[in-house]
Amino acid sequence: MKTELLIIGGGPAGMAAALSAYEQGIRDILIVERDRELGGILNQCIHNGFGLHTFKEELTGPEYAARYVAQIEEKEIPCLLNTMVTDLQGGNPCKVTAMNKEKGLFTIEAQAVVLAMGCREKPRGAMNIAGSRPAGIYAAGTAQYFVNREGMLPGKEIVIVGSGDIGLIMARRMTLQGAKVKMVAEIMPYSGGLRRNIVQCLDDYGIPLKLNHTVVEIHGKDRVTGVTVARVDENLKPIADSEEFVSCDTVLFSCGLIPENELSKAAGADMDSVTKGPVVNARLQTTAEGIFACGNVLHVHDLVDNVSKEAKQAGYYAAEYIRNREKDFGEVVRPKIPEKTKCVLPEGRDASKTLICIGCPVGCLITVEEGKDGELSIKGNTCKKGESYARSEVTAPKRMITSFIKVENGTSKVVSVKTDGEIPKDKINACMEEIKNAGCVAPVSVGDVLVKNVAGTGINIVATANVAGNN
Amino acid sequence: MCNRVEQDRDFDVLIIGAGVCGSSIARELSRKELKIAVLEKETDICEGTSKANSGIVHAGYDAKPGTLKAKLNVQGSRMMKQLSEELDFAYRKNGAMVLCMDEKDKEKLEELKQRGITNGVEKLQILDRQQILNMEPSVNPEVVSALYAPSSAVVCPFELTIALAENAAVNGAEFFLSTEVTDVIKEGKGFCVKTSKGDFYTKAVINAAGVYADKIHNMVSGKADRISITPRKGEYLLYDKAVGNMVSSTLFQLPTALGKGILVTPTVHGNLITGPTAQDCEDKDVTPTSQEGIAQIQKKALQSIANVPSGQVITSFAGLRAHGESGDFMIGQVTGVPGFFDVAGIESPGLSCAPAIGVYVADLVNDYMPAADKAGFVAKRKGIPHMANLPTEEKQRLILSNPAYGNVICRCEMVTEGEILDAIYRPLGATTTDGVKRRTRAGMGRCQSGFCLPKVIEILARELKVEETHIRKASGDSFYLLEEDSQLSLEGGEEI
Repeated sequence: MKTELLIIGGGPAGMAAALSAYEQGIRDILIVERDRELGGILNQCIHNGFGLHTFKEELTGPEYAARYVAQIEEKEIPCLLNTMVTDLQGGNPCKVTAMNKEKGLFTIEAQAVVLAMGCREKPRGAMNIAGSRPAGIYAAGTAQYFVNREGMLPGKEIVIVGSGDIGLIMARRMTLQGAKVKMVAEIMPYSGGLRRNIVQCLDDYGIPLKLNHTVVEIHGKDRVTGVTVARVDENLKPIADSEEFVSCDTVLFSCGLIPENELSKAAGADMDSVTKGPVVNARLQTTAEGIFACGNVLHVHDLVDNVSKEAKQAGYYAAEYIRNREKDFGEVVRPKIPEKTKCVLPEGRDASKTLICIGCPVGCLITVEEGKDGELSIKGNTCKKGESYARSEVTAPKRMITSFIKVENGTSKVVSVKTDGEIPKDKINACMEEIKNAGCVAPVSVGDVLVKNVAGTGINIVATANVAGNN
Repeated sequence: MCNRVEQDRDFDVLIIGAGVCGSSIARELSRKELKIAVLEKETDICEGTSKANSGIVHAGYDAKPGTLKAKLNVQGSRMMKQLSEELDFAYRKNGAMVLCMDEKDKEKLEELKQRGITNGVEKLQILDRQQILNMEPSVNPEVVSALYAPSSAVVCPFELTIALAENAAVNGAEFFLSTEVTDVIKEGKGFCVKTSKGDFYTKAVINAAGVYADKIHNMVSGKADRISITPRKGEYLLYDKAVGNMVSSTLFQLPTALGKGILVTPTVHGNLITGPTAQDCEDKDVTPTSQEGIAQIQKKALQSIANVPSGQVITSFAGLRAHGESGDFMIGQVTGVPGFFDVAGIESPGLSCAPAIGVYVADLVNDYMPAADKAGFVAKRKGIPHMANLPTEEKQRLILSNPAYGNVICRCEMVTEGEILDAIYRPLGATTTDGVKRRTRAGMGRCQSGFCLPKVIEILARELKVEETHIRKASGDSFYLLEEDSQLSLEGGEEI
């Protein structure tokens, strides 16, 4: 097989790179994706909060992915699904070895290749956490897959290690599914997640965030029975007499992500020990001839919007390379890595007066005071959304809810859903109850109303993903 | 009275324990016209000491001359290569060095060499600093000298045990999993073996119950002859394949006044492993790692290699050695109990000895109850193909024969659906995710099953025709997925 541009990975990075190269006039493009559909990890990130930069509105992960998938389909960019790239060599042309059920092992020659394989989670083993090795220990993303993609329950009493965004999101997710999240233990004195996720994932559900704490031992023979949690000193070493046993049946690890660069290394691309991704120049070109990189394989991004933006550039430069064959690598330019979020909440914050805005990832601290005339004085917000959030939060707090609904006769067992507007906080349980009892029959499309007037709120539950019929 | 429900619960030889020893003995005995049963309390073979160790085939210089350990080690080490060809499991002769870090200890190195020669170990050689560093540039440059044993090798302990058991099964040995022995009673000319799955009757019993060998032994022995097995825990750290080539030989540390050292070695599959610690413990069921153990390994490894790649650890684990009081293996007929044979106290170098233990015990049984050779004994076994290691044409051929070989499930170790199906449908096939992992390596890579776990569970459930909530990691209540409205502690232990 031959193609002008081959893209490894059909997640947000791969799709944006493909579309961008298409815009530049490249027509012979092939996306190779190991999963059964495009979208990558976004498909299991069913919560909202994606797309504020790219689409100027808040979308759930599957909706964000679906918008790109629709464009790929419209432009008829071919994709090889369920296909694993097993080897890669740079050059003119680049040689890509891939494998799937239908074609077996085959080689594709490409003028240029864009690496967009994403990243993976650090497992428990990499954290050197002592104890036994029973069932019930998952990377947070694996648990997220079980819940959101398969509608399964990986645990009922949960301790989460690490307060990265996936950990926080999963704390809320498991709670909504009926599990009890006992605590989120964070070894650092601050959370690694966004401030707004502390509010809407932990505070909303009364889940304690234990800063300066870590799990030092996991207990249980067959299934997890508990963990030993300890406070750590300034060198992050556990303090012996602070140890405490917490019973649970599940431990989730949310301790960071590592770019998945097996192929980049196979291609002989120089690696950057800081980003853990390949070394690139200003055109996102690696040191392996004809190979470009973008998205989480290049460095771990905080927002998918930034992945899309970077991937768009990679697609642009790959197209330019196919036209001009500019071989000179030039200077190494390390991608700008956003400073690691240090989410420190103000000490002794009175949550009823100092709010954290959940309107966007900035998470402004907003103070609300009621004047004598009953007028609210709102300060600290940096946009209008903050003001309306604060007003509603002190009078009638509202939230958007995302979950899944079971699907019959579909290519997937469940479809992700959301409330098509915010519902009163005190209706969350009633809303979840209706969602759990609901069902639908494939095919389902993004936007389909699956539950009308949920919990009498006037708000509907709508599908956030497409599920084809299983014919 | 032995209350055996079915006639087919009558055996000539009954082996308790499907670890590497039990499986090796079963295979050797299956060369004869004997009706053999292997009873295992866990849901799979290779679930005890055999699953968590260094995977080293020791050359044989370590054991005290004249002991069973010394004799069987040298024999076992010599048998292992041929066995790996017969049974198709990974084996690599990578050589071993015993590193000496202090001029004052050089004498001990020489003693060790002499001991090896007495035991019959071939080609032992003392290396000087430069020779060591030429061969192993990662070794701590403060090294003084080393004993080099080129016959030392590495194997995969799971593959070895599973291969032996599968081959025994193919040759007629019957395996009863999830079958825990609760009592052994002398009855007539044989024994009634009471288990969680009913009674068995057998002419001879082989006690290969690992850390529980004392419990089984004491069921039949006189009061004065009771034995005790102490579980001695060893913790390990396993590193990413990215650093698997840091060393090519197995590096031991010469025992010093500070105690026995730890080893650093590549595994047969290309990871790096360091350990073990040694700590006597009480619990024979759970083998947790400890903060102290992990710290100790990291510290001690520094004596062998100057740059321990601590950031590349992918998992830690611990195993139990079955330590007997005598210090040597206790293999033979129990005093006053004809037909009951112990294979007890099989600690290091037990894995290396396993092939020889099989032959040794088969000979003991043959002396006790001679049996004819079985016509049609199949000595060869073909293992599960590992797509990742095959040449292109072979990969193509396999995918053509079954497209499932083209579907990658474990991306870190490049394990395909075809291999997982093989693991499930082979004799003594996998029914748990650990079973799949040990047969195929799915989940053993750097992400430690983060991506493939849901897929492996899905395949197991589909093929075993059960709900995903019924799929377990290993024995007991080790379910992954819970029913929304049920309590966790489900009725465990039922076979699926």
